[in-house]
Amino acid sequence: MTEVTRDLAQFDRIIDRYEKTEESLLAILQDFQREFHYVPEEGIRRLSEVIGVPASKIYAMGTFYKALSLTPRGRHTIKVCTGTACHLKGAPQILEALERELKVKRNGTTEDGEFTLECVNCVGACAMAPVTLVDDVYHGQTRPSKIMDVVKKQVGS
Amino acid sequence: MGAIKSVEQLEAYRRELAAAARPELPTVLVCFGTGCQANGARPVAEAFMDVIKEQGLEIDVNVGIKTTGCHGYCENGPLVALRPQDILYLKVKPEDVPEIVEETVKGGRVVERLVYRDKATGEAVARYSEIPFYRHQQRIALRHIGTIDPASIDDYILAGGYAGLTKALAMKPDDIISEVERSGLRGRGGGGFPAGTKWRSCVAVESDVRYVLCNGDEGDPGAFMDRSIMEGDPHSVIEGMIIGAYALGSHQGYIYVRDEYPLAIRNLTAALEAAREKGLLGEDILGSGFSFDIKISRGGGAFVCGESSALMRSVAGEVGEPRAKYIRSVERGLYDKPTVLNNVETWANVPEIILKGADWYASIGTEGSKGTKVFSLVGKVNNTGLVEVPMGISIRELVENIGGGILGGKEFKAVQTGGPSGGCIPERLADLPIDFDSLTEAGSMMGSGGIIVMDEDTCMVDVARYFTGFLVEESCGKCTPCRDGLPRMLDLLTEITEGCGGEEHLAMLEGLCDLLTWGALCGLGTSAANPVLSTIKYFRDEYEAHIRDKRCPAGVCKALITYHIDPEACTGCRLCAKNCPQECITGKRKEPHTIDADKCIKCGVCKDVCTFDAVRIS
Repeated sequence: MTEVTRDLAQFDRIIDRYEKTEESLLAILQDFQREFHYVPEEGIRRLSEVIGVPASKIYAMGTFYKALSLTPRGRHTIKVCTGTACHLKGAPQILEALERELKVKRNGTTEDGEFTLECVNCVGACAMAPVTLVDDVYHGQTRPSKIMDVVKKQVGS
Repeated sequence: MGAIKSVEQLEAYRRELAAAARPELPTVLVCFGTGCQANGARPVAEAFMDVIKEQGLEIDVNVGIKTTGCHGYCENGPLVALRPQDILYLKVKPEDVPEIVEETVKGGRVVERLVYRDKATGEAVARYSEIPFYRHQQRIALRHIGTIDPASIDDYILAGGYAGLTKALAMKPDDIISEVERSGLRGRGGGGFPAGTKWRSCVAVESDVRYVLCNGDEGDPGAFMDRSIMEGDPHSVIEGMIIGAYALGSHQGYIYVRDEYPLAIRNLTAALEAAREKGLLGEDILGSGFSFDIKISRGGGAFVCGESSALMRSVAGEVGEPRAKYIRSVERGLYDKPTVLNNVETWANVPEIILKGADWYASIGTEGSKGTKVFSLVGKVNNTGLVEVPMGISIRELVENIGGGILGGKEFKAVQTGGPSGGCIPERLADLPIDFDSLTEAGSMMGSGGIIVMDEDTCMVDVARYFTGFLVEESCGKCTPCRDGLPRMLDLLTEITEGCGGEEHLAMLEGLCDLLTWGALCGLGTSAANPVLSTIKYFRDEYEAHIRDKRCPAGVCKALITYHIDPEACTGCRLCAKNCPQECITGKRKEPHTIDADKCIKCGVCKDVCTFDAVRIS
């Protein structure tokens, strides 16, 4: 019971930053995602109560928007940009190298919960292609043979 | 100071700023764009602050966002520009700062090792404006980027900002619309619909409420001009929207921004707040009696939300699925009210058009496409980045003069324009002038202005497969042609790239393209055929090589290539063998190595690490 109360307060802190209208739903869900690395079920229920929107509708948003995930993600997120410029300059090889080294497929999370590997369609840093983001820090001109070093250096493992 | 209550007060404030400005002071501009920040711009800016404080110097350090930061020099960031010397330094480290201050700021001398070097000629170019990349540009939408601090509304006002708005407030709303019509401004988001016509048809609809929207979703892979404008000059977008709102009689606006652009969101939020404080936004703007405010709506990473009807649903807090557009959004848009949606670059052009007049704007560009366009020149080209040039420039001028030619001296094969809705244009059509109509005629599209340069190592079938794969992921799945047709197209293209394609595949692809073009619900589906049809049209021989000869001429499609080591070039350094994840490279030290083709997974790591270019693809 105590845990639920704590959780609700956490959700409310985020919800309270916004006007309690439908217009705010997506922004609140994105803040949930940022805070908890996914959109927790309790958060959806709370949001549904506070804004007065059916939970089913919020679930629909959760599955539609790519920025949102209904399942927990890893502690660190690695995003490989697969925009056109990055594709031409070797993003597929970088993605494969990460899949191989981390032993996880794209959009999956490693068994130890450390990393989630995602593909994103263009992060708008095309001049630095190929780009990989580790916890939202940009790394430009990455290479398949060096990418794990970049990741390790940043997360300090 | 608090709110500005009249046009006269704004002009007085501008004069006050100008009087307080010290243009004679040396200025250091540190680029704070995404690329430069990633490369460590912050410690460089801090180092300047420290040196200035230590030595008690009078130097103006301006932390701005420069388009230089985005023209491929990102890779050479952090960038530092110095005025009045007009010098640009690349790859500046904090430890370079004392030398820059001593030599350049105080002594007026150039630190040679930090300046730009032409990749083709090796010539050093210290002067910012003489760098080839800049010489051919004409900047309207990007007019302030790199010269003002986006976090400072005073900087914007001092540079002449909000003068378009003050001029507009003295005009009749109808005259503003006429001005935009006469300027010939067409939507920079991709469709190229005349902005004035859109505004005109919106005011023609009776309604008590109207909305003004800005599309900052920018999902097109390969395009990042909207990002640069929102990050580097947010007030130009806001000013454009206020002018639009005044002309249309709207009191509420929204800027829909991708959540992947946190810096854009931060800078826009701060700019909106500053504009409100100054009385340029909110109730009774500049004492004119006109009220208007803007909210930011963060997108959720869905490409289809760049489509107007989907965007409006997303703003309203719904799932961003498009609707059939038998009723246009100028009649029933956001919350079913008349709505004008323009893209970031379009809005950023509006204040200049009002300020300098329709005739000035219409004198730039081509007959059917007026003004300038910001292109993001990326891919296999030497100088990558954002360039703003008059419409009508040829592809060749863009790639060769501004882009500095193809990377690594390779052969120029094609450009891809218009993102997933566009197509590929081959080198032999490179003299084509770039404007809305000529690109469409060639089977591509302007789109948001992404120009992706491709060289001989680019496989056109792979490119078509890439875009189709992108669209499969991004399709909302609401209509059958898009939901079922696109995955089938992807299957066919994948089979071809894997060497399993038959002659019938091309006909089936063309049939599916036709079906999508007339059958899909929204622009995402109806334009999905472009990448496939244009590559079949211009590069049929490459498709045939994959289908008939089971060969990928560009050496890209994994199933059709093998890696091997050229014994002549191999020095036996063992680097490839050490890095091979399959451990399938053997050979003695200082003797040529070999790859066991049966074990090779074609990951390309050996080619990536080889410093002697000994790993070849056949």
